[in-house]
Amino acid sequence: MTQAAMQKDRLLFEGADWDFTTLQRIHDACEEIAIGELGLDVYPNQIEVITAEQMLDAYSSTGMPLFYRHWSFGKHFAHHEAFYRRGMRDLAYEIVINSSPCISYLMEENTATMQTLVIAHAAFGHNHFFKNNYLFKLWTDAEGILDYLDFAKGYIARCEERYGETAVERTLDAAHALMSHGVHRYAGKTRLDLRQEEKRQLERRAHEEQMFNDLWRTVPTGRKRDAADVDLERRRAALGLPQDNLLYFLEKSSPRLQPWQREILRIVRHVAQYFHPQRQTKVMNEGTATYVHYQIMERLHDRGQISDGNYFEFLKSHTNVVFQPTYDDRRFSGFNPYAIGFAMMQDIERIVTKPTDEDREWFPDIAGRGDPMQVLRGIWADYRDESFISQFLSPHLIRKWRLFQLYDDPQMSEGILVSAIHDERGYKRVRRQLAREYDIGWTDPRIDIIDVDLAGDRRLLLQHRAPNDWVLEDSETRQVLQHLADLWGYDVMLQEIDSAEKVVKEHAAHPREILHKGDLFS
Amino acid sequence: MHIIDRRLNPRGKSLENRQRFLRRAKDAVQQAVRRSLQSRSIRDVLDGGEVSLPIGGMGEPSFRRAEGGITDHVLPGNRAFVEGDIIPRPPGQGAGRPKEAGQGDGEDGFRFVLTREEFLSVFLDDLELPELAKRRLSETEEMSPVRAGYSISGSPSNLSIDRTTRLAMMRRIALKRPKPAEIEALQRQIDESENEETRLSLEAELKSLTDRIRRIPYVDPLDVRYRRFDNEPKPVAKAVMFCLMDVSGSMSEHMKDLAKRFYLLLYLFLSQRYEKVEIVFIRHTEKAEEVDEETFFYGQATGGTLVSSALAAMRSIIASRFDPTEWNIYAAQASDGDNSYRDEAPAGHLLRHEILPLCQYFAYIEVDEEGGDSSVSNSPLWRLYESIRSGSATLAMRKVCRKNEIFPVFHDLFQKRSTQTKAVP
Repeated sequence: MTQAAMQKDRLLFEGADWDFTTLQRIHDACEEIAIGELGLDVYPNQIEVITAEQMLDAYSSTGMPLFYRHWSFGKHFAHHEAFYRRGMRDLAYEIVINSSPCISYLMEENTATMQTLVIAHAAFGHNHFFKNNYLFKLWTDAEGILDYLDFAKGYIARCEERYGETAVERTLDAAHALMSHGVHRYAGKTRLDLRQEEKRQLERRAHEEQMFNDLWRTVPTGRKRDAADVDLERRRAALGLPQDNLLYFLEKSSPRLQPWQREILRIVRHVAQYFHPQRQTKVMNEGTATYVHYQIMERLHDRGQISDGNYFEFLKSHTNVVFQPTYDDRRFSGFNPYAIGFAMMQDIERIVTKPTDEDREWFPDIAGRGDPMQVLRGIWADYRDESFISQFLSPHLIRKWRLFQLYDDPQMSEGILVSAIHDERGYKRVRRQLAREYDIGWTDPRIDIIDVDLAGDRRLLLQHRAPNDWVLEDSETRQVLQHLADLWGYDVMLQEIDSAEKVVKEHAAHPREILHKGDLFS
Repeated sequence: MHIIDRRLNPRGKSLENRQRFLRRAKDAVQQAVRRSLQSRSIRDVLDGGEVSLPIGGMGEPSFRRAEGGITDHVLPGNRAFVEGDIIPRPPGQGAGRPKEAGQGDGEDGFRFVLTREEFLSVFLDDLELPELAKRRLSETEEMSPVRAGYSISGSPSNLSIDRTTRLAMMRRIALKRPKPAEIEALQRQIDESENEETRLSLEAELKSLTDRIRRIPYVDPLDVRYRRFDNEPKPVAKAVMFCLMDVSGSMSEHMKDLAKRFYLLLYLFLSQRYEKVEIVFIRHTEKAEEVDEETFFYGQATGGTLVSSALAAMRSIIASRFDPTEWNIYAAQASDGDNSYRDEAPAGHLLRHEILPLCQYFAYIEVDEEGGDSSVSNSPLWRLYESIRSGSATLAMRKVCRKNEIFPVFHDLFQKRSTQTKAVP
């Protein structure tokens, strides 16, 4: 064989066309590098080739291949479709699902190079991150999610048959409004096992049916105890207050919900919990995947498995992906998680392999350790965006990106203060602030259920802590509160409390009788 | 690793969600569609297309922070700032916090594309031809397949797997077809048996069983059943709509546009809702002619006005093609109300004695200049029809001056109503 022919033989593909054997070859080549050289640890892969319309479908149901039916997904679909049709927005090249097997969707119109990039990015980068990051390990159950969604879809469809579409829709509307406050933020006692969920639902129901005895409903109750008997602390403890997982509280303690409505709240809560880690690891997740695809592509090219032309094609889309406009650029719309993630991963690689004195001072643990993949794998497993940035954003990168911090106080009429820049005095402050912007515990409003007036009118009392005079958006809060009141069945009151423990604002809502038609107490 | 080709999966997975969304947004969509009817050219109305909805009742609220308060943020690309600089606020804007994607599109409404079918079904939602049941005919025009049990022949797509396997199982049990498990057990016995004699007898038994299995197939052609369908005739009502339009010189461009818009709605409504409705287009000046749809909507003509010519044309078309005992007959007439005085008596006579008795419903639309008053009219034709109407309930009359009145009037004329009440202004 001639030299040229041998070289040709080594190529995974030529030109832009691909078929299923090409995909298989690409996957195997990527796998060899990912597992063998980078030491990644991934779920088995499942690659699905889809059309643009199916990609839109996937978009509108938060990327999941099966989901219960709700009008809001139709709305999102219509919205994305309108943008796509007018050519205002490109579709993503891929979507990847945190499940086992890990499902990656590839668009049919991608070129062979793009498919390689996407396989390296999603099927190995994201996949490794899903399997190893502590948040995903703690909060999601990759084996169980697809089965659980299947159960959820079936369950909600059955509810629609039994109780009517409107009733189910209203319950879902209300649950969706509270979705962002339907997650446990702190680790609980047991790991989530979604596979058990379906069984447990059936057991709960069977238990209720067994235990039902009509006699108890008609037994005369004893003399009501004096309201003063019930003391506040005991009541709070009994209800598990204060509680920041609103959906959980309603599911467990709302007096007027039907069992199926509780189950729906539970489903929405589980879905929210499943996506919770993704919200906390945008930068790391994309940074990992981008770093991994860059490594794989580079090595494929070094080995001669990708031609120079195709490698250029890859570099072009790669640079597009990690492009970060500066603040005064028209295209600027906040930080690009791909860009900042990838830059930080590369920076860590630099610190590990070629540290400067500054790096040694700032990162004594990792500087000069020599094996970047080992260090990075450790980081990918143990951090989330907030802790990752607050530990590993280096002065070098702050200078390179020329980060600066603005302090904007509406009371200050002169203007906005530049409070830190990329200099010796500013590094720590810039880093702390940027990390904070990725801490959803800081950026999401914190709302707790404080008390329930059990002896009186059963009014639910909530509190919003409003640091820095951040109050809630008025009209939306009223709507969400309305949903909350509908689910709770009695009055609801939300207080906003500033840093000086002063109540700055109050919202209240009365329940509408739309969720509780014909129940025992009405 | 698996590779799965999903491209061949059934399309329209999101259709159900889309329908739910449209149902939810029904009022808003309806308003948007009606609004868009006013601004569009006549041809475009037929194509469905993009509508813009206010986000109103379809918002998905969540607890969010309001703008304002003290904010701190980090930005990339510092060029000239040093610590302690104060940047004046950009005019007319609060804190320069960049909006996050997906959150900022609340106010400017929600644009999306309706398909032609969705568009039409929304705007024709609650309309119908009045009194259609009156002359519903038992004539068999349309066949629809209905289930009619099972048959032993049919096309493979109608194969009833359920029934076939059930029959096959019955036959296997009845003929005592040995089960694979029995054979396996026997085989094991043979393998284990030490005694030559028993082994031989067992082998003989095994042979008879396997022969039996061969003789009695698992599924026999006898078992195969197909779902059977019979064609059942469906009664269809036959109906015809006469569209009479005045195109004489007294009709200004604006009036013609109004009239055409009205007929366009009518045409859309009929072609969409009633597949079997015939539509006859008649335009008239001092003489009437039957024209095709294209000429009716887009053709040019001018001249004097003789309403009776159109009515006479309608009468002769009915006589030649639409036997009133078989057909439900409807008519819609649009005019500016001008008619020559010598025509008043013949037109009145025709309408009262020849047309109205044959018609299920006769709608008269009077169009006027933009500044006109749509509640009163004093035109010759209006007065004539007014006098006729007192004696007949099948005649409905409306007056329209502005584009945006077209739809309400149309809707009013053809909305669903209980069978007894008639469209009386």
